[in-house]
Amino acid sequence: MATPEAPAIRTTGLTKTFGGRRVVDGIDLDVPTGSVYGFLGPNGSGKTTTIRMLLGLARPTAGEITMLGSAVPAQVTRVLPRVGALVEGPAFHPQLSGRANLARLDAADATSDPRTAPERIATALERVGLQHARDKRFRVYSLGMKQRLGIAAGLLVPRDLLVLDEPTNGLDPQGTREVRHLIDSLAADGITVLVSSHLLSEIEQVCTHLGVMREGRLVAQGPIDQLRSQGRTLLRLRTGEPAEAITVLRRMGADETSHQGDTVLAGGMDQAPEAVVAALVAAGVGVREFTVRAPSLEDVFIGLTGEGFDVSG
Amino acid sequence: MSVASGVSGWFRFLGSELRLVFGRRRNQIGLLVLAGIPVMLAVTLRLSGHQGEHGPDFFSSITSNGIFVALAALSVELTLFLPLAIAILAGDAIASEANLGTLRYLLTVPVPRSRLLAVKYVALVIGGLAGVAVVAVAGVVAGGVAFGLGPVTTLSGIQIGMGVASVRLLLAMLYVTAGLAALAAIGLFISTLTEQPIVAMVATTAVSTLMWILDAVPQLAFLHPWLLVHHWPAFGDLFRQPVFTDGIVAGLWLALGYAVVFYVAAWATFIRRDITS
Repeated sequence: MATPEAPAIRTTGLTKTFGGRRVVDGIDLDVPTGSVYGFLGPNGSGKTTTIRMLLGLARPTAGEITMLGSAVPAQVTRVLPRVGALVEGPAFHPQLSGRANLARLDAADATSDPRTAPERIATALERVGLQHARDKRFRVYSLGMKQRLGIAAGLLVPRDLLVLDEPTNGLDPQGTREVRHLIDSLAADGITVLVSSHLLSEIEQVCTHLGVMREGRLVAQGPIDQLRSQGRTLLRLRTGEPAEAITVLRRMGADETSHQGDTVLAGGMDQAPEAVVAALVAAGVGVREFTVRAPSLEDVFIGLTGEGFDVSG
Repeated sequence: MSVASGVSGWFRFLGSELRLVFGRRRNQIGLLVLAGIPVMLAVTLRLSGHQGEHGPDFFSSITSNGIFVALAALSVELTLFLPLAIAILAGDAIASEANLGTLRYLLTVPVPRSRLLAVKYVALVIGGLAGVAVVAVAGVVAGGVAFGLGPVTTLSGIQIGMGVASVRLLLAMLYVTAGLAALAAIGLFISTLTEQPIVAMVATTAVSTLMWILDAVPQLAFLHPWLLVHHWPAFGDLFRQPVFTDGIVAGLWLALGYAVVFYVAAWATFIRRDITS
């Protein structure tokens, strides 16, 4: 690994246009070494195109990429041996077994040692829990097994960086959990992981950092706690005088209020809860119940991507 | 990476590619089909009991010596079956890998694009050689059983020994393979342009068929020397005594020209292409 301060991936002004449309629009990715970077965004927001450019599969229209200290795409064949990748779903020869497919990829790798290949292939299959299905044709694998074989392909040789594009796509909750465990254990080995998803909930638990894409732009990026704190605190109180309560809350900076029966909701306030309650009581509003809901990452994500308005709770 | 490990890595990938090509059931059946033509020729002519008076040069000599079954089969299969085999393998080479998505995984291994293309091309040529060899060997075996083998009366009427004839058959196989290698370069180029293997297969077959059609139109005689397939039947000149080399030399130069032009075209397309599949 290079100096710990150097980011595993850094892009500046990375742009890709297809037929005049800016699919990726000037993004500045910063993936710290050792992080698990969740690359989030709705389908079609430019995540996969970005990943294709990182791996040298597509050429940037503009901008620069530095990955593990090397310029991409200029030096991509020098840096890729240190990078394992799962891009836009697993793809293998259907008529070959899982093991034969991995053997083919390993044979294509000029830097890998053919003498240790059987052992390394067995280890990679074991790590993703596919050793029992190693001799079955890829054709008959379930979607979850296909995804896991894709990850195993990235683990044939020791890596410094793993790029996993939607590794949980199409998996059931159990399969998703297994992939999360795998990412956890890889990160524990010191591998930097870039994992993309359109569902925050599937990867939130394993990520240390997040980047959020929307319509080709990177709308937020940073350590997960920092992003979480950008969320809005929501106040909820029950009172016999809702109209008066709203007046007080509005005066104190609430920019979003609503009430139903004796329940009042307010958002956009940054005062301490104690101060709010004191002000309400001072104004003669009787408070029966008062709760503060901490900002949730889901709210931040939804706010940033404009996705999923119909969130209950 | 040292030069030695680079070279051994190259051969390791080629070995994997050849296992993929020859391990495919469809390709194995294809080889059987190629072998079936000379067997069918030998059986038919043996059963009918008389010489074919029409048809290509070798047909009239078939019943005199089994080796001519191999030559007749080669000249028959050059019009469609062998080009079709090259077209199918060419479609597999790049277009099918792009279609499956395996191309993006090979490239992120990483396999440098120029190496990937070179290995694919060498495997195509070896595939072509295997097809030609299967036709020739099946022809000699079937012909030998049906009509016997022995000193060969050349098309010029002079006899040559079986040993000399075998060497000439080998040279004929290599010459035919050279022609197919040029077609393989065209197929490889087409294969880099599409993600649909069937499109590459049809287009490559269409190219060779179109050349055969143009070659059959006398009014286009000025064009004939520039048609790749025009020179393919010249392998028969190896069975003249003395060997007539003009046609073969012209054929080899033209094949080389086609191969270089289309390989470079394939490289130029592939090296910069965005892999979007």
